[in-house]
Amino acid sequence: MQEKYDYIIIGGGVVGCIIARTLSRYEGRVLLIEKEADLCMGTTAANTAIVHAGYDPLPNTLKARMNVAGNAMWDALAGELNFAFERRGDFVVAVGEEELPALDTLMLQAKKNGVPGCVILPGPEVRRREKNITPDVSGALWASTGGICDPFAVTVAAAENAVMNGAEVKLNTEFKEFIMEGDRIIGIKTNKGDFLSRWVINAAGLFSDFVMHQAGVRPEFKIRPRKGEYFVFDRADVEIDNVLFPVPSDKGKGVLVTTTVHGNTILGPNAEIIDDKENSSTTISGMEEIWAGANKLIPSLSKKYVIATFAGLRPMGNAPCKTPGVNYNADYIIEIPEEVRGFVNLGGIESPGLASSPAIAKEVVDLLKDAGEEMKVKKDYDPIRPARPRFREMSQKDRKLLVDMDPRYGRVICRCENVTEGEIIAEIHAPIPAITYDAIKRRTWLGTGRCQGGFDTPRVVDILARELGVSPLEITKRGEGSEFLFRPTKKVEN
Amino acid sequence: MLKKDTYDVVIIGSGPGGLAAAVAAKKAGAEDVLVIERDTELGGILLQCIHNGFGAEIFKEDLPGPSYAQRYIDESIELGVETLLDTIVLEVTPGRKLYVSSRQHGFFEINARALVLAMGCRERTRAMIQIPGMRPAGVYTAGTAQRFVNIEGKMPGEKVVILGSGDIGMIMARRLTFEGAKVERVLEILPFLSGLNRNYVQCLQDFDIPLLFKHTVKFIHGKNRVEAVETVAVDDKWNHIPGSEEYIPCDTLLLSVGLIPENELSRQAGVELDPLTGGPYVDESRQTNVPGIFAAGNVVHVYDLADWVTLAGYEAGKGAAKFAMALRASEEVHIPVLAGNNVHHVVPQTINKRSLEDEEIELQFRVRMPVEDRVMIEVHDGKNQIARRLARYARPGEMNTITLKPKNFADVEKASSITVDVHPR
Repeated sequence: MQEKYDYIIIGGGVVGCIIARTLSRYEGRVLLIEKEADLCMGTTAANTAIVHAGYDPLPNTLKARMNVAGNAMWDALAGELNFAFERRGDFVVAVGEEELPALDTLMLQAKKNGVPGCVILPGPEVRRREKNITPDVSGALWASTGGICDPFAVTVAAAENAVMNGAEVKLNTEFKEFIMEGDRIIGIKTNKGDFLSRWVINAAGLFSDFVMHQAGVRPEFKIRPRKGEYFVFDRADVEIDNVLFPVPSDKGKGVLVTTTVHGNTILGPNAEIIDDKENSSTTISGMEEIWAGANKLIPSLSKKYVIATFAGLRPMGNAPCKTPGVNYNADYIIEIPEEVRGFVNLGGIESPGLASSPAIAKEVVDLLKDAGEEMKVKKDYDPIRPARPRFREMSQKDRKLLVDMDPRYGRVICRCENVTEGEIIAEIHAPIPAITYDAIKRRTWLGTGRCQGGFDTPRVVDILARELGVSPLEITKRGEGSEFLFRPTKKVEN
Repeated sequence: MLKKDTYDVVIIGSGPGGLAAAVAAKKAGAEDVLVIERDTELGGILLQCIHNGFGAEIFKEDLPGPSYAQRYIDESIELGVETLLDTIVLEVTPGRKLYVSSRQHGFFEINARALVLAMGCRERTRAMIQIPGMRPAGVYTAGTAQRFVNIEGKMPGEKVVILGSGDIGMIMARRLTFEGAKVERVLEILPFLSGLNRNYVQCLQDFDIPLLFKHTVKFIHGKNRVEAVETVAVDDKWNHIPGSEEYIPCDTLLLSVGLIPENELSRQAGVELDPLTGGPYVDESRQTNVPGIFAAGNVVHVYDLADWVTLAGYEAGKGAAKFAMALRASEEVHIPVLAGNNVHHVVPQTINKRSLEDEEIELQFRVRMPVEDRVMIEVHDGKNQIARRLARYARPGEMNTITLKPKNFADVEKASSITVDVHPR
């Protein structure tokens, strides 16, 4: 018998997971499917981790509205879901007198978009607030509502809270096509079987065009991935304690120098439009571009302290803005299309998609209400997702208490980031089980330090194999096909 | 569990440097010596170095790594070195307090009179040399691959390209070939070998594994697992030479591109590092800028032979023992003054040996219970009486005293503690 749901969400990125969490507040069965072996494997995996204030999107676009509304929802979200979020504000830095007018343009946009707490600072004040900044700084827009977060933690916490409230999450489950009844979608076919549902929500990110085309919606819509590359610095050596944007150009918001909630300074991204949605490679030219861009803001950076490079893809769409008179062709799509029934269609949710995600989820609920859904809040809905212990963030005194309580937290597996066996085991058996190396890495931050997993990898493979009851040969980095090990070595007769 | 919370010499790491330091510290007179090792066995990286080539300098023998380690493990145990295994040092303070954690022993603190840093080194990674491309499984540092093969008994790849002509890389080329893998080639960006020539001959030449100088990896292909690497020739300034690209199908890329002293704990302890070596500045006894903190082996600078690490460990161990014993002697300058029979407390609580010169010392105390009769107030060292006085009574409400005179000082100086008693007469 086919499982029957009220809402199926396609895609386990931050947008899909926050929608799942938001829908789990209401009566009805919720299923989220993700084609990869973990959540956050697409755009959410590799971005700048910034909760944008909202001065950047063009006024009167859906992007601008979602960004500003979404930004305001993050304190409550972080408070309920217990993930790291710091509203530390951000700077758009003008270098040289010629860049100063751009700040006025942004200030005007900030006013039109309704962004609170923006001010233009003179050059000396910017230098006072960030001592490493270029001496050529001429001023900066300071947006006090800008924030930083850990996108993995946000996404996993939202999905976990959804599961706590009765939603289901199926990993390694890939959408193939819709099951239709006339013009009504009644379910989906996947590689893991068919699932029926009254509503299907497209949160497929880079693949949102494919999903909507399967529903016969917006055949002209196309996602063009915009690749962005990044450098990560060792936090022991480089500490830029601010979020610094250059003035934006036609290529986007430009190369940032920013801190993260883990204390590492990161640089990036550039913006290269590509065709291959799987191509998250770093390139020589890309790395040169971000290095040059970052040095414009902080001239003292040294490549000696780079501990990681990575690249991510933003799902840039080509949907025209619906507001009359606004000429903009990469707006968000958040709609219940007229062509089919039972379909909530999202598309083109690129940056500032992370910041917008809670507002997008609310918008989805509003659309469902408009479509006649009652959206009755569950009596036993619990918005709180408890945090699990993070040894690396604890005082020595608290560490002792934790280890006394559960000695598995006494065994450090990742020496650079101080991640313990207890934390790894907890993630393997969490509501959204972490069953790959990368899944554990994203949740615990293990392997992200200066040795980049050199020490912990053999040990994590062992722990995963033991906890999952499988051979170490079956343990993967990021899902099937990414096994670490091929076979046992030759046997030696004693 | 540990016998005590303060040790003469604590050594972090049980590789060749750490074990040598432990042995040398014991031999130099340190009484309590502790080695802390984060792995489950003593020996450090020597345990995964199952190839020979160890011991030529010290033993005039050609030993495999584990056998070399075993000689020092045995000697440490004979000398009574204590060890903590599967235990990590989380933090070291400049005052040589260590915060330590383990699954077996829990979380605790250890004080070291002297400390030897012997954490060794770590391998440079893909990110440090910024190889572009995808980030699939199958990119390993040579040492991690060595652990998989030699400790875990599992093969991390079948068709392998190695970047860098470091020793571990060349040794792994041979090791993987023994295990039936195909090593396609070894690439070195420099125009010369970065490891030992003997390893080139014995590990590459003897197995017909090509080594290409002035070559590097331009791109890593493969979404889930490495599918190929693109190699490229470089000029003298490491610029890629267009047209020299080759696409080499493989499932594994091993990196042997250098080692870096591992000094995160050193930094926390305030140890100053030399930007040229990446390790602490040390003096001839291997003492760092922080008094009582010594460093030995690859944590100071990267050696190519374990024997030399051992020799550096000896120096550090000796230096640490000397420092610890001097400190221990200075700690014993203070003679505790204890409250004995019917005495509630005594002030001062300790007497510094160095002040036992001309001035008399008055010990002030209160009794616990009243005695309305003649009492004897006595100071003794547990065996012999040092001073005494008679009093007509003793009452808790009235402070009492007894004075140590210069003539008593010789006896006081010999005592490990002195006690004040009040007895009925």
